[in-house]
Amino acid sequence: MNIAPARGSRILLAAIPFFLIVVVYIIGSAERRAANPDDKLLPPISEMAETSKRLATEPDRRSGEYVLWTDTTASLQRLLLGLGISTLIGLSFGLTVGLLPIAGASFGTIVAVISMIPPMAVLPILFIVFGLGELSKVMLIIIGVAPCLVRDISIEVQGLPREQMVKAQTLGASTWQVAIRVVLPQIMPRLIKSVRLMLGPAFLFLISAEAIAADVGLGYRIFLVRRYLSMDVILPYVAWITLLAFALDMLLGLFARKVFPWAYVEEPR
Amino acid sequence: MKRLFSLAAAFAIGLSTITAVSAAPKKEFNIAWSIYVGWMPWPYAAETGIVKKWADKYGITIKVTQINDYVESVNQYTAGKFDGVTVTNMDALTIPAAGGVDTTAIIMGDYSNGNDGVVLKKGKTLADIKGQKINLVELSVSHYLLVRGLSTVKLSEKDIKTVNTSDADIVGAAKSPDTTAIVTWNPQLLEVKANPGATLVYDSSKIPGEIEDLLVINTETLKDNPNLGKALVGIWYETIALMKDQSDKGKAAREAMAKLSGTDLAGFESQLKTTAMYYTPKEAVAFMTGAELPKIMDQVRGFCFEHNLLGEKVKSKDAVGIMTPTKTLGSSKNVKLRFDASYMTMAAEGKL
Repeated sequence: MNIAPARGSRILLAAIPFFLIVVVYIIGSAERRAANPDDKLLPPISEMAETSKRLATEPDRRSGEYVLWTDTTASLQRLLLGLGISTLIGLSFGLTVGLLPIAGASFGTIVAVISMIPPMAVLPILFIVFGLGELSKVMLIIIGVAPCLVRDISIEVQGLPREQMVKAQTLGASTWQVAIRVVLPQIMPRLIKSVRLMLGPAFLFLISAEAIAADVGLGYRIFLVRRYLSMDVILPYVAWITLLAFALDMLLGLFARKVFPWAYVEEPR
Repeated sequence: MKRLFSLAAAFAIGLSTITAVSAAPKKEFNIAWSIYVGWMPWPYAAETGIVKKWADKYGITIKVTQINDYVESVNQYTAGKFDGVTVTNMDALTIPAAGGVDTTAIIMGDYSNGNDGVVLKKGKTLADIKGQKINLVELSVSHYLLVRGLSTVKLSEKDIKTVNTSDADIVGAAKSPDTTAIVTWNPQLLEVKANPGATLVYDSSKIPGEIEDLLVINTETLKDNPNLGKALVGIWYETIALMKDQSDKGKAAREAMAKLSGTDLAGFESQLKTTAMYYTPKEAVAFMTGAELPKIMDQVRGFCFEHNLLGEKVKSKDAVGIMTPTKTLGSSKNVKLRFDASYMTMAAEGKL
């Protein structure tokens, strides 16, 4: 554990698994193509590149839209709305539940219980209550993400040293001032970390909601072309979603390091 | 670096030997089915030993496997995991045939005669659909039915908006107040129709014979093993004779099939009413060798081409050839979907 790779070899080491995956894919694809030139299951990379180019740069034959971009905008809008509202709920409720014993006693258990409900299981109920439009998709993300954030933040608040609050109070701070000046700054880095971890589940809920009822979106497109096994559309879309999630995660990480450098003092790099 | 490449190469070679299993003469065959009223004879036949009886007669083994998701069953067949699958004529064209898997339909089981329908919550006739948002499984037979319906009231797809909705959730979706129009198939159609204020404005009985339920087999496998075709046709007609039977024996068979499809006898029989079964091989052969079939397949392939279902790069509806006993549509060099009535003819003539 004392041998650390240098910068150059670290990049190489990181690239090896990707390289292996690509090699395995190319061999599998070539083999299926040799057996059946129309095979759709493992299209060669050249064909996927062509399809991606068409989806991104040419208007669709029927609707006249640039499919990839309209799908991406629609999905990102839903995702960011859902995540944003969840973050606000997580922060405000988490802080209240964690800081005020009365709130903790009355809402702590219900939040813990709600966060255990698998959101996919209540989908039919969501559809009936919120309809099939944008609202139900955003709600699914919120129901899946917000309770976990509330729990995480409230536990973090409860873990803050009790002495800090006592000290602030002896200096004359009100409950409000303790919340805003003592607790809030200390939980912000944790909030961003939790949101980063919830990006995966948020995407999962988004794609599931879009698979079930939608007319535009990344998940909609994947589940639509699945009907005729268009892997040359599905695989680039999967790669694109992965890239989007990775970029969002990285942006949040950079933002947190920039704004709360004190929280990252202990971290290597 | 060099070592890395040799490692990768060794890994790749290992992988390719795993995937390239040589094709020994086959004795074992796998057929996939999914729940639909017209396909329930398959699990019943497997359960009661009819499958084994016919397979033994021809010295082969046939395994009948249920796949919970219809599209997935057809995809698995296309990927080569199954030798045959129960499928509609349209999906046989767009999934395996357009994917280059040469496919032969050996059994014409039935056609939908009201099993697929358009339901409006606001409006009493199909023309009222104009401007509405319609929930359906896009690019499926529901979509085909909708387009055929629209053409009868001088509307086109531009006059409506479609929302892709999973068939598993369409019953719940129909209950939502902002859902006003639904296209779906049975058993979901029965539930959707039962909503207060809902009216069935168009159904597949208006386009008889256009939504067909088939059993298809990989053409190459069938060519190498004609006994498979004979055994399957034998199984089919023995089982559906039981299904039609009005005595207690037939009732017991229908009850078992109803149970297998997750409904009861009454529900199953009401679905059977809207399914035009070809109970005898003679009727099925007559339809498959008739002049209607090429016309129907021409309609279907036109729809598929207009919706890019034959592939994004395909320039004309002729790209994928369809061979019926009377006529070949499209490219005769690239025939990928065949209708072969010869096995059903053997059944009709009692030569199995």
